Amino acid sequence: MFSPFITHAGSVREIMFKVLLALIPGIAIYAWYFGPAILISITLASLTALATEAAMLKLRQRPVMPFLSDNSALLTAWLLALSIPPLAPWWLVVIGTMFAISISKHLYGGLGSNPFNPAMVGYAVLIISFPSHMTSWIAPQGMGQLELGFIDQLQYIFTGLLPAGASLDAVSMATPLDNLKTHLHSGHPMADIVKEPIYSYLGGRGSEMVALAYVAGGVYLLANRIITWHLPVAFLFTLFATAGIFHLADASHYAPPLFHLFSGAAMLGAFFILTDPVTSPTTIRGKFIFAAGAGFLTYVIRVFGGFPDGIAFATLLMNICVPLIDTYTQPKVFGKKGGQ
Amino acid sequence: MKKLFHFNGGVHPPTHKAQSTQTPIAQTGLPTRLVVPLHQHAGSSAKPAVTVGDRVLKGQLFGMPEGSVSSAVHAPTSGTVTAIDMQVVAHPSGLPDLCITLAPDGLDEWIARVKTDYLTTPTADLRKLLKLAGVVGLGGAVFPSDLKLRPGKKKVKALVLNGAECEPYITCDDMLMRERADEIVQGAEMLRHMLDADEVLIGIEDNKPDAIAAMRLAVDASSYGKLEIVAVPTIYPGGGAKQLIRVLTGIEVAAGMRSTDLGVQCFNVATAYSAHRAIAHGEPLISRIITVTGNVQHAQNFEALIGTPVHELVALAGTKSDTTAYIMGGPMMGVQLSSDKVTVTKATNCIIASSPALFPPPPPELPCIRCTRCVEVCPAELQPQDLYWFSKSRNFGKAQEFNLFDCIECGACSYVCPSNIPLVQYYRFAKSEIWANEREKDSADIARDRHEFHLLRIEREKQEKAEKLALKEKTARAAKEAAANSQADASNSDTTTIEALRAQVREIARPETEVPKE
Repeated sequence: MFSPFITHAGSVREIMFKVLLALIPGIAIYAWYFGPAILISITLASLTALATEAAMLKLRQRPVMPFLSDNSALLTAWLLALSIPPLAPWWLVVIGTMFAISISKHLYGGLGSNPFNPAMVGYAVLIISFPSHMTSWIAPQGMGQLELGFIDQLQYIFTGLLPAGASLDAVSMATPLDNLKTHLHSGHPMADIVKEPIYSYLGGRGSEMVALAYVAGGVYLLANRIITWHLPVAFLFTLFATAGIFHLADASHYAPPLFHLFSGAAMLGAFFILTDPVTSPTTIRGKFIFAAGAGFLTYVIRVFGGFPDGIAFATLLMNICVPLIDTYTQPKVFGKKGGQ
Repeated sequence: MKKLFHFNGGVHPPTHKAQSTQTPIAQTGLPTRLVVPLHQHAGSSAKPAVTVGDRVLKGQLFGMPEGSVSSAVHAPTSGTVTAIDMQVVAHPSGLPDLCITLAPDGLDEWIARVKTDYLTTPTADLRKLLKLAGVVGLGGAVFPSDLKLRPGKKKVKALVLNGAECEPYITCDDMLMRERADEIVQGAEMLRHMLDADEVLIGIEDNKPDAIAAMRLAVDASSYGKLEIVAVPTIYPGGGAKQLIRVLTGIEVAAGMRSTDLGVQCFNVATAYSAHRAIAHGEPLISRIITVTGNVQHAQNFEALIGTPVHELVALAGTKSDTTAYIMGGPMMGVQLSSDKVTVTKATNCIIASSPALFPPPPPELPCIRCTRCVEVCPAELQPQDLYWFSKSRNFGKAQEFNLFDCIECGACSYVCPSNIPLVQYYRFAKSEIWANEREKDSADIARDRHEFHLLRIEREKQEKAEKLALKEKTARAAKEAAANSQADASNSDTTTIEALRAQVREIARPETEVPKE
């Protein structure tokens, strides 16, 4: 044996478990506003992730149990499930998760070696391959023409059949971000659009509450020192500032900054996606650059791009830059800071 | 209150210091035999000054310092030298080294001890005295103290005395400060005098209130006036020399830098004590305080003779049957001893009896997830996860570029790693590979230089031969001409020519004498 002979209690499994735990308030609020479908897709994604992880570990001739129990595959599954519409057909979740775990995690070397956030790769693959399935979101509680119960949602996910007389349009609707973009494109002024009932105080009805729950989860992670403040703060600040500048310049065409913070996956991205340690920089300055870049790109993709949200592509684009950012932001070490 | 500075990171492992501070320092008595390694200090090994069969007195020179970075080694008691041979020593390598074995005669008879007045003795002589008394850093680095007392480029403002003792389990400095504060303070004043330092800052971690009180009392009782006891926050590795200097003075001593060049120097409290014993009492360094703790009946501190076998020392504290190994040093930076038959050296501050219950084997190593907890705790402000990556992939150039050699191997990174990666092991591996490569490169360079010089010499000899031949002919011709002209005018010009030619010959011949021997 070699020194140190003692270690601080703590493990990868525990870290990942705490991140999962921090997601639970968000998931609960999600289920409250949008029905239990999200629980179905999370379960589906989890089972697929564990099966794929086990199969890939076997294929790669790695010990299965130590890695399967590290909770990292589950976290990828949950983040992916939370990023795609809960009413998406079962095979969409399965394909996305399998791709995330097998291609973007294990083919790059497994835990710790993947350059891209696996959940976001899964999301990108799905939105490019199956765009129509990726845009039909459930209307929040009290907003749709028809609300589906648990059994109906389950049936729809697995068979694609809705109860007699119901149409997909009746149960689903565009997300506030998407809705806003479409209306702005067709020439409606901002002031009129936000009077629609799907908008609320901060962002979309229901989704803003989910975003707040993600913030609560993020605070828990900060308090437990699982993540540091640099990434979320730099990301949210940049997103806020960029949106703010555009909004100040032309309030009739650009949504207020708070709307951007509480819409789409901004909060999920800030506290759970960008903060993936494997795919983000390790230096403090690097974290600022990475998160600021992601915040700016998110805004650009959301407002000027063709996709409903920008978190995934912004994250992936910044993931590419991580080795470069790390190399050029090396801090000075003890005694070599100069000026002494 | 003195303004304290901060260093990055650090950890708070459980200290486990209470169990070994319940009873005063105990004397060990004479062991059955003493095995004294000749290489107990940083630098080159001491040269044996006795032969087998010699009767020696306590404190008699065993090994003479060899070269500038070396220190003396002495007989820990009186007796007979029974062997001078290679034996396994208390070193992480587990390799044998030259040792002198002494059979004690039980008389414990001292050599003549000469007291020295440090105020009237030139500091160069005091440094020599310390070197011959075998005084080395007792905090663990065992660097010859005389070298650290050489004047630097800058006037020394602060002499830092290290009583922090941040490693868990170890309490030898704590107990020494509690019981022998006066002598530490006197030693500190001697070191201050030798460095001509403006002040002495004695840093003690605030989890040692008894030691702080005892030292304060000793400082107040002394008339020196330039000494200050400073309670520093308890944090590992706050007792690292660089970290303590930073905390007390704000100065950061970079790797490979002499701290005296920055106007500061640091000694362990036990080193100050030993310096005092050497100067004021003429006693060389033949014993030290050692904490025996961990899986033993009664954890305790002992004043043990250098060369005492570990198993005999541990037996005094009560060996336990489920002990599986012994660790020399603390649990953060210590080394597991290859055997309990090895003997204690000047570097032995603590022996921890280890058992699987006390130090369970670490869980299996998982891949690094770049969580940067190691960065948060690294006192050298390195990027341990990058160094790990470079070391593992044998990318040593990159590892050096990322300041691998600034790593002090404190183990804080390994301590917090959630993937249970033995990070320090990777760094030690990378360092030793780099050293090996450099040695190899050096010897290859020497071989190549030799070869090139050999070719050069052959070439030059050829050339010189040709030149000499030409010169000979020229001289002969000149002489002939001179002889022919001598009758016409016996002028100065001839002698000038001959003088010039002689000078030319000398010029050609000279490099020969400067050729270095191969």
